[in-house]
Order: sequence, then C-alpha cells, then structure tokens
Amino acid sequence: MFDQPFARPSFLQRRDPRLRVAAATALAVALAFLQQIPSCCLGLGLGCGLLALARPPLRPLLRRLLAVNAFLCVLWLTTPWTTPGAPLWQWGFLTVTDAGLRLSLLTTLKSNAMLCGFLALIATMSLPELGHALERLRCPDKLVHLFLFTGRHIHLLAEEWRVLMTAARLRGFRPRSSLHTYRTLASLLGLLLVRSHERARRTREAMLLRGFSGRFRSVTRFAVRPSDILFFLGLLLCLGGVLWTEYLCAQS
Amino acid sequence: MHIAEGVLSPAVLGAGAALAAAGTAIGLRKLEYDQLIGVGVLSAAFFVGSLVHVPVGLASAHLVLNGLVGVLLGWAAFPSILVALLLQALLFQFGGFTVLGVNACTMGLAGVASWYVYRAVRRLLPGAAGLRAAAFCGGALGVALAAVLTALALAFTDEGFKAAAGLLLTAHLPIMIVEGLITMFTVSFIARVRPEMLRMTRNDAPENSRS
Repeated sequence: MFDQPFARPSFLQRRDPRLRVAAATALAVALAFLQQIPSCCLGLGLGCGLLALARPPLRPLLRRLLAVNAFLCVLWLTTPWTTPGAPLWQWGFLTVTDAGLRLSLLTTLKSNAMLCGFLALIATMSLPELGHALERLRCPDKLVHLFLFTGRHIHLLAEEWRVLMTAARLRGFRPRSSLHTYRTLASLLGLLLVRSHERARRTREAMLLRGFSGRFRSVTRFAVRPSDILFFLGLLLCLGGVLWTEYLCAQS
Repeated sequence: MHIAEGVLSPAVLGAGAALAAAGTAIGLRKLEYDQLIGVGVLSAAFFVGSLVHVPVGLASAHLVLNGLVGVLLGWAAFPSILVALLLQALLFQFGGFTVLGVNACTMGLAGVASWYVYRAVRRLLPGAAGLRAAAFCGGALGVALAAVLTALALAFTDEGFKAAAGLLLTAHLPIMIVEGLITMFTVSFIARVRPEMLRMTRNDAPENSRS
C-alpha cells in the first residue's frame, strides 16, 4: 500500500545513504535561505538535475508534484492580493501588488526545488536504509528504533484498517456527517489501537525470546567510495554557485 | 496542517527545529527501551488513522489525531509525531526536511498541551462523563492549537501570508469539533475495552505508583 516508487536502481540510488542524507540536508538548508528569483531558478534547475539522475517513474512523480502545488495554489489565491506593495493591476477593489506576486513566485520556485531534491536524494531510500543511515549519523538511538518499528508496522496496520472498513461497509456503513459515523469510525480506530497494542506486546515477547537486547543490528555495510565523495563535492560546488548567484543578485 | 517546503523564513525554520529537538529530547528521556515497540506500533496506528477521511459537513477532511496521541502518550507523543511526520515526508512528500521541525513542533506541542488539559479535566471531573469531557477537550485542543501555531509560523514569515493564515484557521474550526468527537469516542472505547492503555506512559508516575 505504501510502496516507494522512487526507490529503484539509478545513479543516485547507488550512492552512500549517509552522504545522501547529508547532501539533502545541505541542499534544503541552502535553498531555504534564498530570497532572489534568479538563484531560486538555478536551485530549481539543480533539483531537476538531481531528479534526472534518480530516474523517477513519471506518474508517481507528477502526483507528488501536484500534491505540493495544490497547497501553493492556496497561497496564489490569497498572497498576490493581500501583500502590501506597489499595485501592478487593479480590478474593482482587488489589487495585485508586485511584492505579492514576487513572494508567491519565490515560494513556488523554492518549494518545487526542495521537493525535487528530496525526491531524488531521500525518497530513493528504503525505510530501513534511511533508519540505519540516520543511526550512523548519530541520531538518538531510541528515535531510530522508533522510526524502524513504526515503518515496519504501517503496512500491517493499513491492511488491518482496510479489513475493518470492508467489514463495516459490508454491514451497510456509509460515512456521512453524523454522530453515528463519528462514533463508528472512532470505535474502529479504537479497535485498531487496541489490536496494535496487543500486537506490540506479542512482538516484544517474541523478540525477547529470540534474544533481542535492545539493539538493532544491520547487515548492510555502508562504504564510502571515491565516486560518492566526488558526487558530494560536485553537489556542494553547485550549491556554492547558487548561493554566489544569490549574493550577486542581492548586491545589485 | 502541513506547511510545504520553501514557504517559511529561515528564522522560523530554525526556531522550529530547535524547539522540536528539545521536545523530542524530553519525550525520549521519558521513554524506556521497553516501551519503544509499543509506542512504535501506536505511532504506526496513528499514521494509518490520519489517512482516514471523515465527512465534515459537505466536505471531507483527514483526521489529525495529534490530540489523541497526546492523550495516550503524554510527552512521548513528541517523538512519536516526529517519526510519523518523517514517514509521511518519505512516503508521500507531505512537507520535507526543513519544515520537519516546524511541523513536529506545531503538532507535538499541541499534543503535549492536550495531554495536560486532558489530565486537568480528568482530575476535576472523575467518572465516565469526566473522561468523555476530558477526551473531547484534548482532541479539539490538539487540532486548534496546531492550527494556531501553524498560522503563527506563516504570519511570522511574511506579512503577506496573514490572509492565508486566517483562511487556514477558519477552515480548521469544524475539523476541531469532529476531531474532539472522534477522540472522545475512541478514548471511551479504549477505557471500556483495554483501560490499561490509558496509563501506558510513565508521565504520571505518582498516579501509577498508587494504582
């Protein structure tokens, strides 16, 4: 149900996960600081370049892009009209200001650039891979364990929820906005929680019986190869270029 | 309730990340290794539950459930919500790396606040009616506070986002009531079926030692 369509063999998928997490963080932080349109365009170009290296499947990619841009649509509906600034275009009492238009454009460019970078660098990892990469990057132990346990169970629980909903629908349950609907959904949710509590208890006992000491051991070995370092340095160089453009634009 | 990446200013993002790190550290400290599996599976249940679409009036909205997580987990709700958000970012690209801190803060702080409110109401009104009232307050407050904090994050970023923030707040008013009702029914269901789940975390240590 929650398959990861982006985790498939590609140039980026073969790079070291730790370096990918570091690169994605650097990229996201650098892009968050941008305030000029030209550097944002360059950032978007960099994101698209990374995406090309990750060879994403087209349909899921379009769906993800659509989801983020739907949120940005809300901003486009309000921000150009309400931001104070010099009026560009007037229609009755509605005024589009240049500052508002610029803010909307800037936000859209940055959002899409970050999304592309994230899809290329992080979404190409499987959940355990990301968990272990985070662990090697000195994320707190407990947090990584929590992440791995949660990631392991979402598929099972989603399946369980589907079964519960099917059973309810077979008994003639139609969701409406009524107290009955809310009570039914809440009971199903409660049942899911109670069952998952039971499942957690059984899992814990089973793991303890098999000698679980509180540490996950990963059989995957991470190794940084020269090509990984080259890729990372290249990405940093591109980021430097984007930031340099930002500086130049801010000066002029 | 997610803010997309690239919208907020670096100052707001930095503050969000710092607060989220602090909240997660507190939450993790209150969490024993023994409880990790339990909390992990519950986080997964919340992850799945928050994908459920509920009819609200003529439209439909998805559940947020941060109030319910808070009521059940206390401070441990913070890491639990952070992990669920990271999974959402990874699997659906709702939000991303830089806004993770802000999103975890808005929902996590609201969840922890609903836990305190739930406990206070519980203490004022013992009994089944009190439990229902406390759970309703917890669930409604979770969404309300998360919406307010999200709106604040938008408004602090730029003057121009104020209208969008207002729109966001009004849109969440009906969701607040529905979320309160769902939390109320879910908690009273759990209280009938498996009451020990309501005392899962060590947060209320004095109460636990008495019972």
